Parts: sequence; structure tokens; C-alpha cells
Amino acid sequence: MTATRPDVRDAAGTAAPAAAPARRAAPVRLLRGPRPRVLVGTDRLHVGVGVREGVLCVVLAAVLLVLAVVGLAVGDFPVPWPDVVGAFTGRTQGLAATVVLEWRLPRVAAAVLFGAALAVAGGVFQAVTRNPLASPDVVGLSNGAFTGMLIALVSLGGGWASRTVGALVGGVLTAVVVHLLAHRGGLQGFRLIVVGIGVSSMLGAFNTWVLLRADLETALLASAWGAGTLTTATAELVRPVAVCVVVLLAVVATRAGALAQLELGEDVAATTGVAAGRDRTVLLVAAVGLVSAVTAVAGPVAFVALAAPQIARRAAGSPGIPLAASAGVGAVVLLGADLVAQHVLPLTVPVGVVTVVIGGAYLLWLLLREARTR
Amino acid sequence: MVGALAVLLGAVALSVLVGANPVPPGDVLDALLGRGTDTARFVVWDQRLPRTLAGLVVGGALGVAGALMQAFTRNPLADPGLLGVNAGAAFAVALGITFLRVTTPAGYMWLACLGALVVAVGVHVLGGAADLRASPARLVVTGVAVGAVLAGLTSGLTLTHPDTFDRMRGWAAGSLLERGPQVVLPVLPLVVLGLLVAALTARSLNAVALGPDVAQAQGVDVRRTRVLVLAAVTVLTGGATAIAGPVAFVGLMVPHVVRWTLGTDQRRVLAGSLLGGCVLVVASDVVGRVAVPPGEMPVGVVTAFVGAPVMIALARRRRATAL
Repeated sequence: MTATRPDVRDAAGTAAPAAAPARRAAPVRLLRGPRPRVLVGTDRLHVGVGVREGVLCVVLAAVLLVLAVVGLAVGDFPVPWPDVVGAFTGRTQGLAATVVLEWRLPRVAAAVLFGAALAVAGGVFQAVTRNPLASPDVVGLSNGAFTGMLIALVSLGGGWASRTVGALVGGVLTAVVVHLLAHRGGLQGFRLIVVGIGVSSMLGAFNTWVLLRADLETALLASAWGAGTLTTATAELVRPVAVCVVVLLAVVATRAGALAQLELGEDVAATTGVAAGRDRTVLLVAAVGLVSAVTAVAGPVAFVALAAPQIARRAAGSPGIPLAASAGVGAVVLLGADLVAQHVLPLTVPVGVVTVVIGGAYLLWLLLREARTR
Repeated sequence: MVGALAVLLGAVALSVLVGANPVPPGDVLDALLGRGTDTARFVVWDQRLPRTLAGLVVGGALGVAGALMQAFTRNPLADPGLLGVNAGAAFAVALGITFLRVTTPAGYMWLACLGALVVAVGVHVLGGAADLRASPARLVVTGVAVGAVLAGLTSGLTLTHPDTFDRMRGWAAGSLLERGPQVVLPVLPLVVLGLLVAALTARSLNAVALGPDVAQAQGVDVRRTRVLVLAAVTVLTGGATAIAGPVAFVGLMVPHVVRWTLGTDQRRVLAGSLLGGCVLVVASDVVGRVAVPPGEMPVGVVTAFVGAPVMIALARRRRATAL
């Protein structure tokens, strides 16, 4: 979590002008300035981390750990926190261990991984399209997944398994259709967005129509899923999805440097040696994969993909979108929201409802603070 | 432009002639002239004409509001709902249904108006609308944030109150059903005012499109333009949402299509969006009436199905420009 945005550069580049070329530089150096950075590695090959960003990541990891323990401890069957730790080390046995590891762990793990996945996917889309309003929704993923789930629910009357498959197929199919429609002599960012909005709004209209025609109970059930919920996060469903998410996150991490360059625009990226077209495709496919995997299980959890990168960018005070910090923010937001949705509110509401409110309120607070300090 | 006007007249004629109650065209003409049977007069004067008027007002207001919003923020993804107006209206309506037991379109209209205006003012204050140094992006992000909070509260409220959910899913689809004079007339002055303000700002918007510095250098009062544009967007979107509920897509896409056909002069874009919005909403309403007999498809659903293919085709065919 601490190594963020590895930007590997040549020593002749701009990274370390202060270091004398003749002497061997220390393996860990601090670059002072308005945005201090720590460089780890040799002159020729190093990884740079913004100090503020690194601190932010450590803080986020700590908060996440606390929230996870709370999530595993509280509920109808309270488990004291030492026993929660004991359940992992094998010291706690019996019902308490079952409750922690088999009932609560899948949901907590899902919240952490899904939150990180959504945030990273959103960060990739915002960086590649260079538009803070962009999110994987622009290729119609959420509405497509919802359509697939609705068809599975209303016309096939399926259980959770078939609904999950329906959502996955619907989301991926929509992304493919949007891509094919938008692809005409090369992929143009703006055309992708326009076609995405068009297809997405048609699917959204279809969903509205199905919900209007369905009986009240079915419509309520579908809407709860459509708001984004973690009640579906059982061990059997979460395990395969978690593997997908981790692999895709690793893929994005290997291209983080290219993403930072792409954010400066395709031409600039190309001049700094980034294979802009190929890297962009890999990043976008990975982002779509992340969101589809999450949406298949949890439904379209709103706002994490949109807000987490923006929150992380402002909190880290960085000019670009910091991916690791975004992942941390996403995980904290989703896990925290799920705890609030389960335990704090008098009525049980889907987690997506809470993420929207919390994320929105926090973003608003950041904006106001930013305006005051200027 | 002339073509668009002709299409609009055609759409209006269809809107008066076609409906779930089959009335022969001859009888419709008779009814329009005050003759004919009571049934025909009722259908034409009390149902179809008010509904057509509502469609014109909603479509025109949303089209112009979308064009203003995109020109002002210089973001092609901007739609009039970005200022949180739709979310505010929806939240007020949901509150009204849950706690005040409001169930009529006229009741929804007043609630939506109130909610839209209160939230829009709040977003403008928080987003620093009058602050020249603040970028439009900050206002947009503020609008998104406020809108998200309210949307979350609304869906929390509806998902825990099945009765509210049942009514809200009808309102939130965006419909012109039973939108009689008592719904349209109170909002009409508001929308007309918004359109006049929009017309006043059209010339300076051309300069603002080049960036605030250039606009200032050309002698445009950027701050005044900004305040006027925002006021117009608020009033137009709020009015349209109050009448029909949130009709998505019109404000977002009509200006794009207009820009691709008529060019980027804001005066042409605004006029074209006015006509285009009217055509899209009135035509969609006609389609919605006959698409799924004996029921009716809400206009908000049809606008997406009518408008999206057109827009996708245009985006593929032409060299689609951003703004």
C-alpha cells in the first residue's frame, strides 16, 4: 500500500537534479520541495513516492484495519475483538470462530476488495479520458448489468446465481457493444463517451420501464440490488470474484506509470516512451473487468468509482490521480458505509445508498475546505 | 432551422391527432373549432392540447438548459441535472409523498419546484457561482456531490417505504400523463423568463466559450453572464422537472445533435436546441401513447429510445466535435 505510482525514469531525466552524477546515490533519498518525494533505488532505476501520498496510504491502511476488526466483531452475536484476532490465529474455536470467519469475513473482505476495485477502475477512466466526470458507467456497465439482472429476475425468475450471471453477461455485453459502436478507425475518447451515454440511457430507460411494469415486491427487490448491496456477498460468490479482482488490480498496478503519462495527454505520453494505444487498451479492459466483477455480485454500487479518485487526489494534494490512495479511499468508504448500513441506521438500507451520501458529503466538505484555504 | 420548425409543427399536429382514445381526424378538427361531440371536445381540449403544451414547455426548457450548461462549463458531458436540481426536486417529492401524503401531479409540481430552487441556490452558494476565480468545474463537482447526497437520501427513503416507492417510480420515469393546465400554467412564466434570459446571454456565451480571460478581453462582463446563465439553467430545469419529473437525455443530447448539424455559434445552438428539445419530447410523448396499448409508456423512457439511436448514428457518421 505504501509504494504508489512507480515512475521509473532515466537518471538523465528530471527526477534527481540535485544528485551529483559522479557519486553513487543513496538507495533511499528525500527530494525536498513543495511536493516532497521519497526515491527508492539507484539513479538509473528508482521508484518515487510522494511523502504526503505515502502518509495518506499508511493512515488509510490503519483505518481500514480498525474498521475490518469492528466489522468482524459487531452484530447480533458480538465477538470481543481479541477473539476476532484469535479466530485468525486459530486460538479462538467454536461458534465465535465460525461467526467471524464464515459469516462475517466474506462480507468484510468483499467490501474492502470491491471498494478498492471500483476506486481504481474509476481512477483509470478519469485519467485516460482526462475528465473528472468519467467513470466506468460511461460505457454503460451499471445499467447493462442491471438490465441483465432484471431479465434474469423478471423473465427467468432465477435465484442469486442466475442473477449474478445475468448481471455479468449484461454488463460485459454492453461494454462490448459500446466499444464496437464507438470504434471507427481507432477509438476516439469523446465518441466513446457519447455512444456510451446513448446506449446507457437506453438501457436505463428499459430498466425504468421493467420496474414500472413489475409488481411492487419484485420491483423493490430489484431496486435494492440496483442501489448496490452487500447482502449477496456469500463466501461462494466472493471467492472467485476476489481472485479476479486481485489479478486485475495487479495488471493495473504494472501500468500505473503509463497511466500517469496518459493523464498528460496521448501525445505527451507517446513522447515519453509510453505505447499509448496499447497501454490504454489494457488499462480500460482491466477497469471494465474490475467493475463487472464487482457489479455481478454487489450490484451497481454508486459513487465509489466517481468520488474515491477525486477524494484521494485532493487528500494527497497530487496533480494526478494517485491509484494506491484511491484504492484505499474506496475500500474505507465501502467498508465504512456497509457498517453504517448494517449497524447504525434504524432501518436496513442497501450499502449503495450510504456510499452515495457519505461520499457526496465528504467530497462537498473537501471542496468547501479547498475554497476557504485559497 | 426551417426544417426543424416544420418537423416540430408535424409533431404537434400528431400530438393532437393521435392518442389512446381513437378520435377520427375530422372530429378532432371539429372539436378544435368548438364543434363536435362532447367526448371529442373533452379529449382534444382537456387532454391532448394541455399535454402537447406541457411537452413543448418541457422539451424547449430542457434543450436550452442543456445547451447553456454545456457552453458554460465547456464540458460536453454536462447536463442540466448536474446542478443538483433534479435530485432536489426528487427529494422534495419523495418527502412530500411520504410525510404529507401528496398524490396529485399538481402537488408534485409545487414540491418539485420548491425542492429544485432550494437545492439550486444551495449549490450555487457552496460552489462559489459568483466567484470569478472559481472554475465552473468546482460548481459542477459541487452539484454532483449535493445531487448524490440527495439521491442517496431519496433512494433510502423510497426503499424503506414501499408506498412511496410505488408512487416515485411513476414520477421518476418522467411522464406527461394528466399534466393539465393547473400543472403547466404556474410554471410557464418561470420557463418563459428563463428562455428570455438565455436569449440575452447567447452573444456573450460565444466569447465565454473561448475562456473567461479571452471573454473579458473582448469586453464581455463574464460575471454577469455567469450569473444569468446559471439562473436560466436553474429556472428552466426546475420548471421542466416540476411539470414532468426528471426527463433525462433531452438536455444532454439535443445540444450535441444541434451542434453537429448547425455549427457552434451559440445563438444557433440555443435556437436549435429549443426546437430540437420540443420535437424530441412531443414526438416521444406521441410514441409513448401508442407504443404499448392499452398502457402508456412514460415520455422519459421514450426520449431515450428515440434520441439515443439518432445520436449514436450521428456520432459514428460525422466527425463528431467535442464542443
